[in-house]
Amino acid sequence: MTKYLKKPETGAFAAFLLTYVFFALATPGTGFVSINGTAGWLNLAAELGIVAIPVGLLMISGEFDLSIGSTVGAASMILALGTNQFGGPTWPMIVLALTAGGLIGLCNGLVVVKTKLPSFIVTLATNFIVIGATMGTSRLIANVTSSSIFASDSAKMVFAFRWGQANISILWWLLIAFIGYRVLSRTAFGNWIYATGGNEDSARAAGVPVERVKITLFVATGVAAALVGILQGIQWNSGNSTYGMGYVFQAPIVAVIGGVLLTGGYGSVVGIVFGTALFGVISSGIFYTGWNTDWIQLFLGLLLALAVLANNYVRRLALTSK
Amino acid sequence: MTHPLMELRNVDKFFGSTKALKDISMQVHPGKILCLLGDNGAGKSTLIKVLSGYHQPTNGTVLFEASETRFTGPRDARQRGIATVHQNVGSIPLMSVGRNFFLGAEPIKGKWPFRSIDTKKANKIAVEQMRKFGLTRVENGDQLVGTMSGGERQVLAIGRAMYFGAKMLILDEPTSALGVKEASMVLKMMRVARQNGVGIVFITHNARHAMSVGDDFCVLIQGEVAARFKRNEKSREDVLNLMAGGEDMTALEDDLEQID
Ligand SMILES: Nc1ncnc2c1ncn2[C@@H]1O[C@H](COP(=O)(O)OP(=O)(O)OP(=O)(O)O)[C@@H](O)[C@H]1O
Ligand SMILES: [Mg+2]
Repeated sequence: MTKYLKKPETGAFAAFLLTYVFFALATPGTGFVSINGTAGWLNLAAELGIVAIPVGLLMISGEFDLSIGSTVGAASMILALGTNQFGGPTWPMIVLALTAGGLIGLCNGLVVVKTKLPSFIVTLATNFIVIGATMGTSRLIANVTSSSIFASDSAKMVFAFRWGQANISILWWLLIAFIGYRVLSRTAFGNWIYATGGNEDSARAAGVPVERVKITLFVATGVAAALVGILQGIQWNSGNSTYGMGYVFQAPIVAVIGGVLLTGGYGSVVGIVFGTALFGVISSGIFYTGWNTDWIQLFLGLLLALAVLANNYVRRLALTSK
Repeated sequence: MTHPLMELRNVDKFFGSTKALKDISMQVHPGKILCLLGDNGAGKSTLIKVLSGYHQPTNGTVLFEASETRFTGPRDARQRGIATVHQNVGSIPLMSVGRNFFLGAEPIKGKWPFRSIDTKKANKIAVEQMRKFGLTRVENGDQLVGTMSGGERQVLAIGRAMYFGAKMLILDEPTSALGVKEASMVLKMMRVARQNGVGIVFITHNARHAMSVGDDFCVLIQGEVAARFKRNEKSREDVLNLMAGGEDMTALEDDLEQID
Protein backbone atom coordinates (compact mmCIF):
# COMPACT_ATOMS: atom_id res chain seq x y z
CA MET A 1 0.00 0.00 0.00
CA THR A 2 2.69 2.53 1.00
CA LYS A 3 4.46 1.54 -2.20
CA TYR A 4 1.64 3.20 -4.15
CA LEU A 5 1.13 6.07 -1.72
CA LYS A 6 4.77 7.02 -2.17
CA LYS A 7 4.44 7.39 -5.92
CA PRO A 8 4.05 11.01 -7.00
CA GLU A 9 1.12 10.23 -9.34
CA THR A 10 -1.15 8.38 -6.90
CA GLY A 11 -2.74 11.51 -5.45
CA ALA A 12 -3.45 13.00 -8.86
CA PHE A 13 -4.98 9.75 -10.08
CA ALA A 14 -7.26 9.49 -7.04
CA ALA A 15 -8.29 13.14 -7.33
CA PHE A 16 -8.98 12.73 -11.03
CA LEU A 17 -11.16 9.68 -10.41
CA LEU A 18 -13.11 11.32 -7.58
CA THR A 19 -13.71 14.50 -9.56
CA TYR A 20 -14.76 12.59 -12.63
CA VAL A 21 -17.24 10.48 -10.68
CA PHE A 22 -18.51 13.59 -8.92
CA PHE A 23 -19.27 15.41 -12.17
CA ALA A 24 -20.66 12.26 -13.77
CA LEU A 25 -23.15 11.94 -10.89
CA ALA A 26 -23.86 15.68 -10.67
CA THR A 27 -24.75 16.03 -14.36
CA PRO A 28 -26.99 13.08 -15.23
CA GLY A 29 -28.32 13.05 -18.76
CA THR A 30 -26.31 16.07 -19.89
CA GLY A 31 -23.83 14.10 -21.96
CA PHE A 32 -20.76 14.76 -19.81
CA VAL A 33 -19.87 11.07 -19.94
CA SER A 34 -20.77 10.71 -23.63
CA ILE A 35 -18.15 10.46 -26.36
CA ASN A 36 -18.62 14.10 -27.24
CA GLY A 37 -18.46 15.13 -23.59
CA THR A 38 -15.26 13.14 -23.14
CA ALA A 39 -13.78 14.71 -26.27
CA GLY A 40 -14.67 18.07 -24.73
CA TRP A 41 -12.61 17.71 -21.58
CA LEU A 42 -9.81 15.93 -23.44
CA ASN A 43 -9.60 18.88 -25.86
CA LEU A 44 -9.31 21.28 -22.94
CA ALA A 45 -6.65 19.13 -21.29
CA ALA A 46 -4.64 18.38 -24.43
CA GLU A 47 -3.27 21.81 -25.30
CA LEU A 48 -2.47 22.62 -21.68
CA GLY A 49 -0.97 19.14 -21.34
CA ILE A 50 1.45 19.70 -24.21
CA VAL A 51 3.14 22.57 -22.32
CA ALA A 52 2.55 21.16 -18.84
CA ILE A 53 4.79 18.15 -19.50
CA PRO A 54 8.01 20.06 -20.31
CA VAL A 55 7.10 22.65 -17.66
CA GLY A 56 6.75 19.80 -15.16
CA LEU A 57 10.11 18.30 -16.15
CA LEU A 58 11.65 21.75 -15.79
CA MET A 59 10.13 22.02 -12.31
CA ILE A 60 11.54 18.61 -11.37
CA SER A 61 14.94 19.98 -12.41
CA GLY A 62 14.34 22.89 -10.03
CA GLU A 63 13.33 25.67 -12.44
CA PHE A 64 10.17 27.52 -13.53
CA ASP A 65 9.05 28.85 -16.88
CA LEU A 66 6.39 31.55 -16.81
CA SER A 67 7.14 32.73 -20.34
CA ILE A 68 5.13 29.94 -22.01
CA GLY A 69 2.04 32.14 -22.27
CA SER A 70 3.55 34.76 -24.50
CA THR A 71 5.43 32.12 -26.52
CA VAL A 72 2.12 30.51 -27.49
CA GLY A 73 0.86 33.88 -28.70
CA ALA A 74 4.10 34.76 -30.47
CA ALA A 75 4.13 31.46 -32.39
CA SER A 76 0.55 31.96 -33.56
CA MET A 77 1.36 35.51 -34.69
CA ILE A 78 4.46 34.39 -36.60
CA LEU A 79 2.26 31.96 -38.46
CA ALA A 80 -0.43 34.59 -39.04
CA LEU A 81 1.87 37.35 -40.27
CA GLY A 82 3.94 34.85 -42.25
CA THR A 83 1.04 33.25 -44.13
CA ASN A 84 -1.23 36.30 -44.32
CA GLN A 85 0.68 39.59 -44.49
CA PHE A 86 3.74 38.05 -46.18
CA GLY A 87 1.83 35.35 -48.03
CA GLY A 88 4.48 32.79 -47.16
CA PRO A 89 4.12 28.99 -47.42
CA THR A 90 2.70 27.27 -44.33
CA TRP A 91 5.27 24.65 -43.42
CA PRO A 92 8.38 26.88 -43.42
CA MET A 93 6.41 29.34 -41.28
CA ILE A 94 5.59 26.51 -38.84
CA VAL A 95 9.28 25.67 -38.64
CA LEU A 96 10.03 29.35 -38.07
CA ALA A 97 7.47 29.54 -35.24
CA LEU A 98 8.88 26.41 -33.56
CA THR A 99 12.40 27.80 -33.91
CA ALA A 100 11.32 31.06 -32.33
CA GLY A 101 9.88 29.10 -29.40
CA GLY A 102 13.14 27.21 -29.06
CA LEU A 103 15.14 30.44 -29.16
CA ILE A 104 13.01 32.01 -26.43
CA GLY A 105 13.68 28.89 -24.35
CA LEU A 106 17.38 29.07 -25.15
CA CYS A 107 17.52 32.70 -23.96
CA ASN A 108 15.69 31.78 -20.74
CA GLY A 109 18.04 28.89 -20.15
CA LEU A 110 21.24 30.81 -20.85
CA VAL A 111 20.23 33.75 -18.67
CA VAL A 112 19.17 31.49 -15.77
CA VAL A 113 22.33 29.39 -15.97
CA LYS A 114 24.77 32.28 -16.43
CA THR A 115 23.30 34.78 -13.96
CA LYS A 116 22.06 32.19 -11.43
CA LEU A 117 19.02 34.43 -10.93
CA PRO A 118 15.78 32.68 -9.96
CA SER A 119 14.08 31.43 -13.14
CA PHE A 120 10.76 32.55 -11.69
CA ILE A 121 11.79 36.20 -12.18
CA VAL A 122 13.79 35.72 -15.37
CA THR A 123 10.95 33.99 -17.21
CA LEU A 124 8.34 36.37 -15.82
CA ALA A 125 10.36 39.16 -17.44
CA THR A 126 10.63 37.13 -20.65
CA ASN A 127 6.86 36.71 -20.65
CA PHE A 128 6.35 40.48 -20.73
CA ILE A 129 9.20 41.08 -23.17
CA VAL A 130 7.89 38.50 -25.64
CA ILE A 131 4.26 39.59 -25.55
CA GLY A 132 5.32 43.22 -25.80
CA ALA A 133 7.61 42.47 -28.71
CA THR A 134 4.94 40.40 -30.46
CA MET A 135 2.30 43.12 -30.15
CA GLY A 136 4.69 45.92 -31.07
CA THR A 137 6.08 44.13 -34.11
CA SER A 138 2.63 43.06 -35.30
CA ARG A 139 1.41 46.64 -35.08
CA LEU A 140 4.46 47.89 -36.94
CA ILE A 141 4.08 45.34 -39.72
CA ALA A 142 0.31 45.10 -40.11
CA ASN A 143 -1.18 47.47 -37.55
CA VAL A 144 -2.95 44.55 -35.80
CA THR A 145 -2.34 42.37 -32.74
CA SER A 146 -4.30 39.47 -34.14
CA SER A 147 -4.65 38.30 -37.70
CA SER A 148 -6.00 35.46 -39.85
CA ILE A 149 -3.91 32.41 -40.69
CA PHE A 150 -3.99 30.82 -44.13
CA ALA A 151 -2.78 27.27 -43.55
CA SER A 152 -2.24 24.69 -46.26
CA ASP A 153 -4.48 21.62 -46.28
CA SER A 154 -1.65 19.35 -45.17
CA ALA A 155 -0.97 21.59 -42.15
CA LYS A 156 -4.69 21.58 -41.34
CA MET A 157 -4.60 17.77 -41.40
CA VAL A 158 -1.71 17.60 -38.96
CA PHE A 159 -2.70 20.40 -36.57
CA ALA A 160 -6.47 20.86 -36.83
CA PHE A 161 -8.00 17.54 -37.81
CA ARG A 162 -11.13 16.55 -35.90
CA TRP A 163 -12.91 13.25 -35.34
CA GLY A 164 -16.37 14.36 -34.28
CA GLN A 165 -15.61 16.69 -31.39
CA ALA A 166 -12.13 15.32 -30.68
CA ASN A 167 -9.18 17.46 -31.79
CA ILE A 168 -5.95 16.03 -33.12
CA SER A 169 -4.21 17.95 -30.31
CA ILE A 170 -5.21 15.01 -28.06
CA LEU A 171 -2.89 12.79 -30.12
CA TRP A 172 -0.11 15.38 -29.87
CA TRP A 173 -0.60 15.41 -26.10
CA LEU A 174 -0.37 11.60 -25.89
CA LEU A 175 2.75 11.59 -28.09
CA ILE A 176 4.48 14.20 -25.96
CA ALA A 177 3.40 12.43 -22.77
CA PHE A 178 4.90 9.20 -24.10
CA ILE A 179 8.19 10.90 -25.00
CA GLY A 180 8.28 12.72 -21.67
CA TYR A 181 7.60 9.49 -19.79
CA ARG A 182 10.37 7.63 -21.63
CA VAL A 183 12.87 10.43 -21.12
CA LEU A 184 12.17 11.01 -17.44
CA SER A 185 11.91 7.48 -16.15
CA ARG A 186 13.99 5.45 -18.57
CA THR A 187 16.93 7.49 -19.84
CA ALA A 188 20.13 8.79 -18.30
CA PHE A 189 18.96 12.30 -19.12
CA GLY A 190 15.89 11.67 -16.96
CA ASN A 191 18.15 10.57 -14.11
CA TRP A 192 20.03 13.86 -14.53
CA ILE A 193 16.76 15.85 -14.38
CA TYR A 194 15.90 14.32 -10.99
CA ALA A 195 19.46 14.78 -9.73
CA THR A 196 19.69 18.42 -10.85
CA GLY A 197 16.51 19.26 -8.97
CA GLY A 198 17.30 17.00 -6.02
CA ASN A 199 20.70 18.49 -5.24
CA GLU A 200 22.41 20.58 -7.87
CA ASP A 201 25.86 20.56 -6.25
CA SER A 202 25.90 16.81 -5.78
CA ALA A 203 24.69 16.31 -9.32
CA ARG A 204 27.43 18.54 -10.71
CA ALA A 205 30.08 16.85 -8.61
CA ALA A 206 28.91 13.46 -9.88
CA GLY A 207 29.50 14.65 -13.43
CA VAL A 208 25.97 15.62 -14.42
CA PRO A 209 26.08 18.55 -16.88
CA VAL A 210 23.43 20.47 -14.89
CA GLU A 211 23.63 23.57 -17.09
CA ARG A 212 23.01 21.52 -20.21
CA VAL A 213 20.10 19.72 -18.54
CA LYS A 214 18.40 23.01 -17.66
CA ILE A 215 19.00 24.71 -21.00
CA THR A 216 17.70 21.64 -22.87
CA LEU A 217 14.51 21.66 -20.80
CA PHE A 218 13.99 25.39 -21.31
CA VAL A 219 14.34 24.88 -25.07
CA ALA A 220 11.92 21.93 -25.01
CA THR A 221 9.41 24.05 -23.09
CA GLY A 222 9.69 26.89 -25.61
CA VAL A 223 9.20 24.51 -28.55
CA ALA A 224 6.19 22.88 -26.86
CA ALA A 225 4.62 26.28 -26.21
CA ALA A 226 5.15 27.23 -29.85
CA LEU A 227 3.51 23.95 -30.90
CA VAL A 228 0.44 24.88 -28.87
CA GLY A 229 0.40 28.29 -30.57
CA ILE A 230 0.47 26.56 -33.97
CA LEU A 231 -2.28 24.09 -32.99
CA GLN A 232 -4.56 26.85 -31.72
CA GLY A 233 -3.79 29.21 -34.58
CA ILE A 234 -4.59 26.67 -37.29
CA GLN A 235 -7.68 25.38 -35.46
CA TRP A 236 -9.13 28.87 -35.11
CA ASN A 237 -7.71 30.20 -38.39
CA SER A 238 -6.15 33.14 -36.61
CA GLY A 239 -3.15 34.20 -34.58
CA ASN A 240 -3.37 36.36 -31.48
CA SER A 241 -0.61 37.76 -29.25
CA THR A 242 -2.64 36.99 -26.14
CA TYR A 243 -3.24 33.28 -26.81
CA GLY A 244 -1.83 31.15 -24.06
CA MET A 245 -1.79 33.68 -21.24
CA GLY A 246 -3.94 31.33 -19.17
CA TYR A 247 -1.20 28.69 -19.30
CA VAL A 248 1.34 30.81 -17.40
CA PHE A 249 0.00 29.56 -14.09
CA GLN A 250 -2.22 26.68 -15.20
CA ALA A 251 0.78 24.63 -16.39
CA PRO A 252 2.74 24.77 -13.12
CA ILE A 253 -0.52 24.26 -11.20
CA VAL A 254 -1.39 21.02 -12.99
CA ALA A 255 2.21 19.85 -12.58
CA VAL A 256 1.96 20.37 -8.81
CA ILE A 257 -1.47 18.71 -8.70
CA GLY A 258 0.23 15.88 -10.57
CA GLY A 259 2.71 15.41 -7.73
CA VAL A 260 5.68 17.51 -8.84
CA LEU A 261 7.45 19.00 -5.82
CA LEU A 262 7.73 22.80 -5.91
CA THR A 263 11.28 22.43 -4.60
CA GLY A 264 12.21 20.08 -7.46
CA GLY A 265 13.64 16.58 -7.48
CA TYR A 266 10.40 14.59 -7.42
CA GLY A 267 7.48 14.01 -9.76
CA SER A 268 6.35 11.93 -12.73
CA VAL A 269 4.92 12.41 -16.20
CA VAL A 270 2.00 10.08 -15.46
CA GLY A 271 1.16 12.36 -12.52
CA ILE A 272 1.33 15.49 -14.67
CA VAL A 273 -0.98 13.85 -17.24
CA PHE A 274 -3.57 13.07 -14.54
CA GLY A 275 -3.18 16.56 -13.09
CA THR A 276 -3.94 18.00 -16.53
CA ALA A 277 -6.84 15.61 -17.12
CA LEU A 278 -8.25 16.71 -13.77
CA PHE A 279 -8.09 20.30 -14.96
CA GLY A 280 -9.94 19.35 -18.14
CA VAL A 281 -12.66 17.51 -16.20
CA ILE A 282 -13.24 20.44 -13.85
CA SER A 283 -13.26 23.11 -16.56
CA SER A 284 -15.64 21.15 -18.73
CA GLY A 285 -17.67 19.55 -15.89
CA ILE A 286 -18.61 22.91 -14.36
CA PHE A 287 -20.03 23.88 -17.72
CA TYR A 288 -22.27 20.78 -17.72
CA THR A 289 -23.56 21.51 -14.20
CA GLY A 290 -24.82 24.86 -15.43
CA TRP A 291 -23.04 26.62 -12.56
CA ASN A 292 -21.19 29.81 -13.21
CA THR A 293 -17.73 29.06 -14.65
CA ASP A 294 -16.22 31.41 -12.06
CA TRP A 295 -16.25 28.40 -9.73
CA ILE A 296 -13.44 26.83 -11.75
CA GLN A 297 -10.94 29.18 -10.16
CA LEU A 298 -12.14 28.28 -6.67
CA PHE A 299 -11.88 24.56 -7.43
CA LEU A 300 -8.39 24.92 -8.85
CA GLY A 301 -7.22 27.00 -5.91
CA LEU A 302 -8.48 24.44 -3.42
CA LEU A 303 -6.98 21.57 -5.40
CA LEU A 304 -3.62 23.32 -5.58
CA ALA A 305 -3.58 23.89 -1.82
CA LEU A 306 -4.54 20.27 -1.21
CA ALA A 307 -1.94 19.03 -3.69
CA VAL A 308 0.88 20.97 -2.08
CA LEU A 309 -0.03 19.52 1.31
CA ALA A 310 -0.35 16.02 -0.10
CA ASN A 311 2.96 16.23 -1.99
CA ASN A 312 4.73 17.31 1.16
CA TYR A 313 3.23 14.33 2.96
CA VAL A 314 4.21 11.95 0.14
CA ARG A 315 7.77 13.24 0.20
CA ARG A 316 8.06 12.64 3.93
CA LEU A 317 6.48 9.22 3.56
CA ALA A 318 8.99 8.35 0.83
CA LEU A 319 11.86 9.37 3.09
CA THR A 320 10.72 7.48 6.16
CA SER A 321 9.76 4.06 4.83
CA LYS A 322 11.81 1.67 2.77
CA MET B 1 60.81 6.28 -12.89
CA THR B 2 57.22 6.60 -14.07
CA HIS B 3 55.73 10.05 -14.50
CA PRO B 4 53.22 11.29 -11.91
CA LEU B 5 49.54 10.63 -12.55
CA MET B 6 48.62 14.19 -11.79
CA GLU B 7 50.75 17.20 -11.09
CA LEU B 8 50.01 20.77 -10.02
CA ARG B 9 52.50 23.50 -10.84
CA ASN B 10 52.27 26.83 -9.01
CA VAL B 11 48.51 26.68 -8.70
CA ASP B 12 46.56 29.55 -7.13
CA LYS B 13 42.83 29.59 -6.43
CA PHE B 14 41.18 32.84 -5.40
CA PHE B 15 37.54 33.40 -4.49
CA GLY B 16 37.23 37.14 -4.91
CA SER B 17 39.66 38.47 -2.35
CA THR B 18 39.94 35.15 -0.47
CA LYS B 19 43.16 33.42 -1.41
CA ALA B 20 42.22 29.82 -0.77
CA LEU B 21 45.30 28.32 -2.46
CA LYS B 22 48.67 29.99 -2.99
CA ASP B 23 51.39 28.65 -5.24
CA ILE B 24 50.66 24.95 -4.76
CA SER B 25 52.93 22.45 -6.46
CA MET B 26 52.41 18.76 -5.84
CA GLN B 27 52.35 15.35 -7.47
CA VAL B 28 50.05 12.37 -7.21
CA HIS B 29 51.71 9.07 -8.16
CA PRO B 30 50.04 5.90 -9.37
CA GLY B 31 49.98 3.24 -6.67
CA LYS B 32 50.61 5.74 -3.87
CA ILE B 33 48.44 7.32 -1.22
CA LEU B 34 48.98 11.03 -0.74
CA CYS B 35 47.61 12.35 2.56
CA LEU B 36 46.55 15.97 2.63
CA LEU B 37 46.68 17.34 6.14
CA GLY B 38 45.74 20.69 7.58
CA ASP B 39 43.53 22.68 9.87
CA ASN B 40 39.91 23.62 9.15
CA GLY B 41 39.88 26.17 6.35
CA ALA B 42 43.45 25.38 5.26
CA GLY B 43 42.30 24.84 1.68
CA LYS B 44 42.23 21.04 1.43
CA SER B 45 38.76 20.77 -0.06
CA THR B 46 39.50 23.60 -2.48
CA LEU B 47 42.62 21.78 -3.61
CA ILE B 48 40.78 18.56 -4.33
CA LYS B 49 38.06 20.48 -6.16
CA VAL B 50 40.80 21.70 -8.49
CA LEU B 51 42.07 18.12 -8.88
CA SER B 52 38.57 16.81 -9.64
CA GLY B 53 37.66 19.46 -12.21
CA TYR B 54 35.07 21.14 -10.00
CA HIS B 55 37.09 24.37 -9.86
CA GLN B 56 39.41 25.83 -12.47
CA PRO B 57 42.67 27.15 -10.99
CA THR B 58 43.04 30.95 -11.03
CA ASN B 59 46.73 30.61 -12.01
CA GLY B 60 49.12 27.76 -12.65
CA THR B 61 48.97 24.51 -14.58
CA VAL B 62 47.50 21.07 -14.06
CA LEU B 63 49.13 18.07 -15.71
CA PHE B 64 47.27 14.78 -16.06
CA GLU B 65 49.34 11.82 -17.26
CA ALA B 66 52.16 14.21 -18.14
CA SER B 67 50.17 16.46 -20.44
CA GLU B 68 48.83 19.90 -19.62
CA THR B 69 45.12 19.69 -18.93
CA ARG B 70 42.22 21.98 -18.29
CA PHE B 71 39.23 19.98 -17.11
CA THR B 72 36.02 21.40 -18.51
CA GLY B 73 34.19 20.17 -15.42
CA PRO B 74 33.74 17.23 -13.05
CA ARG B 75 32.27 15.20 -15.92
CA ASP B 76 35.46 15.58 -17.94
CA ALA B 77 37.61 14.50 -14.99
CA ARG B 78 35.32 11.60 -14.23
CA GLN B 79 35.45 10.32 -17.79
CA ARG B 80 39.24 10.20 -17.53
CA GLY B 81 39.03 7.85 -14.57
CA ILE B 82 39.19 10.32 -11.69
CA ALA B 83 36.56 9.63 -9.03
CA THR B 84 35.91 11.83 -6.04
CA VAL B 85 34.14 11.66 -2.71
CA HIS B 86 33.46 15.27 -1.82
CA GLN B 87 33.10 16.48 1.73
CA ASN B 88 29.44 17.33 2.47
CA VAL B 89 28.40 16.96 -1.16
CA GLY B 90 26.89 13.59 -1.34
CA SER B 91 23.96 11.76 -2.67
CA ILE B 92 20.48 12.77 -3.69
CA PRO B 93 17.92 11.81 -1.04
CA LEU B 94 14.86 11.43 -3.26
CA MET B 95 16.62 9.08 -5.68
CA SER B 96 17.21 5.37 -5.30
CA VAL B 97 20.48 3.74 -4.27
CA GLY B 98 21.06 2.35 -7.75
CA ARG B 99 20.33 5.62 -9.53
CA ASN B 100 22.57 7.54 -7.14
CA PHE B 101 25.40 5.07 -7.51
CA PHE B 102 25.46 5.36 -11.29
CA LEU B 103 24.56 9.04 -11.52
CA GLY B 104 26.49 10.57 -14.41
CA ALA B 105 27.58 7.15 -15.72
CA GLU B 106 24.30 5.28 -16.12
CA PRO B 107 24.43 1.77 -17.59
CA ILE B 108 22.36 1.75 -20.77
CA LYS B 109 20.62 -1.18 -22.44
CA GLY B 110 18.62 -1.54 -25.64
CA LYS B 111 18.76 0.21 -28.99
CA TRP B 112 17.65 3.73 -29.90
CA PRO B 113 14.89 4.90 -29.60
CA PHE B 114 14.30 2.37 -26.84
CA ARG B 115 17.58 2.80 -25.04
CA SER B 116 17.02 2.94 -21.32
CA ILE B 117 18.83 2.76 -18.01
CA ASP B 118 19.55 -0.78 -16.95
CA THR B 119 18.03 -0.30 -13.51
CA LYS B 120 18.38 -3.95 -12.54
CA LYS B 121 22.10 -3.96 -13.24
CA ALA B 122 22.57 -0.60 -11.50
CA ASN B 123 20.75 -1.77 -8.37
CA LYS B 124 22.59 -5.08 -8.25
CA ILE B 125 26.07 -3.57 -8.58
CA ALA B 126 25.31 -0.77 -6.12
CA VAL B 127 24.16 -3.20 -3.43
CA GLU B 128 27.13 -5.50 -4.09
CA GLN B 129 29.64 -2.68 -3.83
CA MET B 130 28.17 -1.45 -0.56
CA ARG B 131 28.24 -4.97 0.82
CA LYS B 132 31.99 -5.02 0.21
CA PHE B 133 32.30 -2.40 2.94
CA GLY B 134 30.33 -4.53 5.36
CA LEU B 135 27.05 -2.74 4.77
CA THR B 136 24.42 -5.46 4.64
CA ARG B 137 21.36 -3.55 5.82
CA VAL B 138 20.75 -2.11 2.35
CA GLU B 139 19.47 -5.01 0.28
CA ASN B 140 17.26 -3.26 -2.23
CA GLY B 141 18.77 -0.95 -4.81
CA ASP B 142 15.38 0.71 -5.24
CA GLN B 143 15.48 2.07 -1.70
CA LEU B 144 15.60 5.88 -1.59
CA VAL B 145 18.91 7.21 -0.32
CA GLY B 146 17.04 9.65 1.94
CA THR B 147 16.03 6.70 4.11
CA MET B 148 19.64 5.73 4.86
CA SER B 149 21.85 6.97 7.71
CA GLY B 150 24.67 9.46 7.19
CA GLY B 151 27.30 6.75 7.46
CA GLU B 152 25.45 4.51 5.02
CA ARG B 153 25.33 7.36 2.50
CA GLN B 154 29.04 7.87 2.96
CA VAL B 155 29.65 4.21 2.22
CA LEU B 156 27.57 4.62 -0.94
CA ALA B 157 29.70 7.58 -2.05
CA ILE B 158 32.95 5.75 -1.31
CA GLY B 159 31.77 2.57 -2.97
CA ARG B 160 30.84 4.56 -6.04
CA ALA B 161 34.21 6.33 -6.19
CA MET B 162 36.13 3.08 -5.72
CA TYR B 163 34.06 1.42 -8.45
CA PHE B 164 34.61 4.22 -10.96
CA GLY B 165 38.06 5.48 -9.90
CA ALA B 166 39.98 3.59 -12.53
CA LYS B 167 43.09 5.78 -12.33
CA MET B 168 42.70 8.17 -9.47
CA LEU B 169 40.66 8.35 -6.28
CA ILE B 170 40.12 11.53 -4.32
CA LEU B 171 38.64 11.13 -0.86
CA ASP B 172 37.75 14.19 1.22
CA GLU B 173 37.30 13.01 4.81
CA PRO B 174 35.65 9.77 3.72
CA THR B 175 35.78 8.20 7.16
CA SER B 176 34.44 11.12 9.21
CA ALA B 177 30.93 9.72 9.67
CA LEU B 178 31.87 6.05 9.75
CA GLY B 179 31.91 3.53 12.57
CA VAL B 180 35.16 1.77 13.48
CA LYS B 181 34.37 -1.30 11.38
CA GLU B 182 33.34 0.59 8.25
CA ALA B 183 36.30 2.98 8.57
CA SER B 184 38.83 0.17 8.70
CA MET B 185 37.08 -1.42 5.75
CA VAL B 186 37.55 1.79 3.79
CA LEU B 187 41.24 1.89 4.69
CA LYS B 188 41.58 -1.72 3.62
CA MET B 189 39.90 -0.98 0.27
CA MET B 190 42.22 1.97 -0.23
CA ARG B 191 45.17 -0.38 0.14
CA VAL B 192 43.65 -2.73 -2.44
CA ALA B 193 43.15 0.15 -4.87
CA ARG B 194 46.74 1.26 -4.30
CA GLN B 195 47.95 -2.25 -5.13
CA ASN B 196 46.01 -2.02 -8.38
CA GLY B 197 48.02 1.07 -9.31
CA VAL B 198 45.39 3.68 -8.51
CA GLY B 199 46.73 7.03 -7.33
CA ILE B 200 44.92 8.20 -4.18
CA VAL B 201 44.53 11.58 -2.51
CA PHE B 202 43.24 11.18 1.02
CA ILE B 203 42.12 13.97 3.34
CA THR B 204 41.57 13.18 6.98
CA HIS B 205 41.69 14.78 10.42
CA ASN B 206 42.42 11.40 11.93
CA ALA B 207 46.17 11.04 12.44
CA ARG B 208 45.95 7.29 13.01
CA HIS B 209 44.15 6.76 9.70
CA ALA B 210 46.65 8.97 7.90
CA MET B 211 49.67 7.22 9.40
CA SER B 212 48.28 3.76 8.70
CA VAL B 213 47.87 4.15 4.94
CA GLY B 214 49.77 7.26 3.79
CA ASP B 215 52.86 7.03 1.56
CA ASP B 216 53.38 10.74 1.03
CA PHE B 217 52.18 13.56 3.24
CA CYS B 218 51.50 17.14 2.38
CA VAL B 219 50.55 19.75 4.98
CA LEU B 220 48.58 22.84 4.05
CA ILE B 221 48.53 25.94 6.23
CA GLN B 222 46.40 28.87 5.09
CA GLY B 223 46.43 27.78 1.49
CA GLU B 224 50.17 27.12 1.25
CA VAL B 225 52.20 23.93 1.37
CA ALA B 226 53.88 24.14 4.77
CA ALA B 227 55.58 20.76 4.80
CA ARG B 228 55.88 17.54 2.88
CA PHE B 229 57.42 14.27 3.94
CA LYS B 230 57.31 10.55 3.31
CA ARG B 231 56.12 7.66 5.41
CA ASN B 232 58.28 7.05 8.51
CA GLU B 233 60.13 10.34 8.12
CA LYS B 234 58.26 11.93 11.00
CA SER B 235 57.03 10.81 14.37
CA ARG B 236 53.39 10.62 15.36
CA GLU B 237 53.75 13.74 17.54
CA ASP B 238 55.26 15.77 14.72
CA VAL B 239 52.45 14.74 12.41
CA LEU B 240 49.85 15.68 15.00
CA ASN B 241 51.45 19.08 15.45
CA LEU B 242 51.58 19.65 11.72
CA MET B 243 47.94 18.62 11.33
CA ALA B 244 46.99 21.23 13.87
CA GLY B 245 48.58 23.89 11.72
CA GLY B 246 51.97 23.88 13.39
CA GLU B 247 50.83 24.42 16.96
CA ASP B 248 52.29 22.31 19.69
CA MET B 249 49.62 19.67 20.19
CA THR B 250 51.44 17.85 22.94
CA ALA B 251 51.29 20.99 25.07
CA LEU B 252 47.58 21.38 24.26
CA GLU B 253 46.89 17.78 25.16
CA ASP B 254 48.77 18.15 28.43
CA ASP B 255 46.54 21.12 29.21
CA LEU B 256 43.50 18.99 28.51
CA GLU B 257 44.70 16.27 30.83
CA GLN B 258 45.15 18.77 33.64
CA ILE B 259 41.49 19.79 33.29
CA ASP B 260 40.36 16.22 33.97
N1 LIG C 1 33.29 28.66 -3.11
C1 LIG C 1 33.98 29.43 -2.23
N2 LIG C 1 33.80 30.76 -2.22
C2 LIG C 1 34.49 31.54 -1.36
N3 LIG C 1 35.36 31.09 -0.46
C3 LIG C 1 35.59 29.76 -0.41
C4 LIG C 1 34.90 28.86 -1.29
N4 LIG C 1 35.31 27.60 -1.03
C5 LIG C 1 36.20 27.71 -0.01
N5 LIG C 1 36.39 29.00 0.35
C6 LIG C 1 37.31 29.49 1.39
O1 LIG C 1 38.58 28.93 1.16
C7 LIG C 1 39.19 28.57 2.37
C8 LIG C 1 39.59 27.11 2.34
O2 LIG C 1 38.42 26.31 2.41
P1 LIG C 1 38.44 24.71 2.28
O3 LIG C 1 37.04 24.25 2.25
O4 LIG C 1 39.31 24.35 1.15
O5 LIG C 1 39.11 24.28 3.66
P2 LIG C 1 39.41 22.81 4.22
O6 LIG C 1 40.87 22.72 4.40
O7 LIG C 1 38.78 21.79 3.38
O8 LIG C 1 38.71 22.87 5.64
P3 LIG C 1 37.95 21.69 6.46
O9 LIG C 1 38.99 20.90 7.17
O10 LIG C 1 37.10 22.44 7.43
O11 LIG C 1 37.15 20.90 5.51
C9 LIG C 1 38.22 28.94 3.48
O12 LIG C 1 38.61 30.18 4.02
C10 LIG C 1 36.90 29.04 2.77
O13 LIG C 1 36.08 29.99 3.41
MG1 LIG D 1 37.24 20.48 3.64
